[in-house]
Amino acid sequence: MFDDLRDLYQEVILDHGKSPRNFRRPEDHTCLAHGNNPVCGDTLVVYITQDDNGKITDAAFQGQGCAISVASASMMTGIVKGKTIEEANRLFDGFHNMCTRDDFDIAELGDCDEDALDRLVMLSGVKEFPIRVKCATLAWHTMQAAVSGEEETSTE
Amino acid sequence: MNKPSSVVGITSGDNSTAAFDVEKIRADFPILSQTVYDGKPLVYLDNGASAQKPRQVIDSMSDLYETRYSNVHRGVHWTSQQSTNAYEAGRQKAAAYLNAASDNEIIFTRGATEAINLVAASWGRANLKAGDEVVISHMEHHSNIVPWQLLRQEKDIVIKVVPIDDDGNFLFDEFEKLLSDKTKMVAVTHVSNALGTIVPVADVIKAAHEKGALVLIDGCQAVPHLAVDVQALGADFYVFSGHKLYGPTGIGILWGREDILNAMPPYQGGGEMIASVTFEKTTFQKAPHRFEAGTPAIAEVVGLGAAIDYVNAIGLDNIAAHEHGVLQYATERLQAMDGVTIIGNAREKAAIVSFALDGIHPHDVGTFVDRAGVAVRVGHHCAQPVMDRFGVAATARASFGLYNTRAEVDTLVDALKETKKFFG
Repeated sequence: MFDDLRDLYQEVILDHGKSPRNFRRPEDHTCLAHGNNPVCGDTLVVYITQDDNGKITDAAFQGQGCAISVASASMMTGIVKGKTIEEANRLFDGFHNMCTRDDFDIAELGDCDEDALDRLVMLSGVKEFPIRVKCATLAWHTMQAAVSGEEETSTE
Repeated sequence: MNKPSSVVGITSGDNSTAAFDVEKIRADFPILSQTVYDGKPLVYLDNGASAQKPRQVIDSMSDLYETRYSNVHRGVHWTSQQSTNAYEAGRQKAAAYLNAASDNEIIFTRGATEAINLVAASWGRANLKAGDEVVISHMEHHSNIVPWQLLRQEKDIVIKVVPIDDDGNFLFDEFEKLLSDKTKMVAVTHVSNALGTIVPVADVIKAAHEKGALVLIDGCQAVPHLAVDVQALGADFYVFSGHKLYGPTGIGILWGREDILNAMPPYQGGGEMIASVTFEKTTFQKAPHRFEAGTPAIAEVVGLGAAIDYVNAIGLDNIAAHEHGVLQYATERLQAMDGVTIIGNAREKAAIVSFALDGIHPHDVGTFVDRAGVAVRVGHHCAQPVMDRFGVAATARASFGLYNTRAEVDTLVDALKETKKFFG
């Protein structure tokens, strides 16, 4: 009945949704932000730990959400670890475009590690479900809010 | 088809009785013959958010535009008279629908939200002072919370909240304890949009009046399902939105007692609401025109009138009996599923069942059943305090209308079973 949902709900996404990675509150986090999706009432807290050079040394999250938003948060926290803020922001821009633009070219993402790319491409299946784009991008918005010093953000 | 024998009051077929032929009714709603996602019949179970429109409503609006449309209360020409008559006929129909004492008690607004904001801004600003109390319930829609909070910022009033129990029942004893001489307004929903609970509003009104407080009832989820008599209830304000009553969007009703309305200052200034204007002084019309500044939603009023005619022709008693059967059937089928929790099991309920699937977020549930052609609402239903009360961020909600069938409930349940399988 749900074959056409397999693109969005791939096994890897279901796995991250059920057993999210980095689902914790690191004591040494240097910033955090609360992210709200007013459409569904989901809330996430994203914790970022940066070193003196601004590199993200740890990223984690807590909260509740649908399979897509939890999987996205799980993947995002893994992806941004070890990246600079600029790299993380660039990945988010690319991911956002991937989820919203039909004419997106993967080359626009520029240099980035393949593993990150694979995961983002997997989640970009939300493009076919416009109302769910916010689910996939909530964690990224919240990460961006955290590193730019905002404590509260929303997908609206 | 799987039909439990415990469902009572069924004569034959799909809950159709001689007075109520659901297939005939469905034929009135063009959208119900649509298919989605490669040929799946549309199963529309999101009536609590907005109901579909029968041909009679759609045609009434087209007919106005095609044959006699003009602005109202303005011109001496034929079209203006025709439009004014059609518009005021809508007011009469709304008045009769609520059994208002006078047509002058019916004020057209954009919806229930604007109606509540109107009361909070006009009546509230004029009558409330610091320390005065407004009592609402834990299961209000945001539209019956936020206008009072805005007023609180301005007037330093106190908002008190009537608790609900674990089944979603309105706790009347607790409500009575909250009432005091400081209580000036009790604003409660008639039927909870998130839980389906029917609030005993007649008792609420009586108790509030004993303390000298006025009562506003949010009837959005009630008027499509229950006969409402504002005089018998003794309410002071009653509001609802047309689009949940099979009418168009952009039109709602504020009913208020005429003496209260005529003592209230205007809400918005403009044309239509004035008696005379000079640069020194403007005098205002009485209700309802005092509260209807600017050109109103003329075709929408006509559409709402047609919707009221439509519902009346079928009969609210027949509708309620049909919907009750569907709700009971849905409740039984959901209860029979493993891993499904129904949120809201109040003693008296109307047309709404909120539920959660263990381990599967409602948003995912919504996306899956949608692929089976089933439209349900997932989310917080603009009632986040209710969600907090039950410790969830969101629920899935099936809300029924007069055209829904038990076969559609079966489609929902089948889709839920498949969803569970998918998530393992």
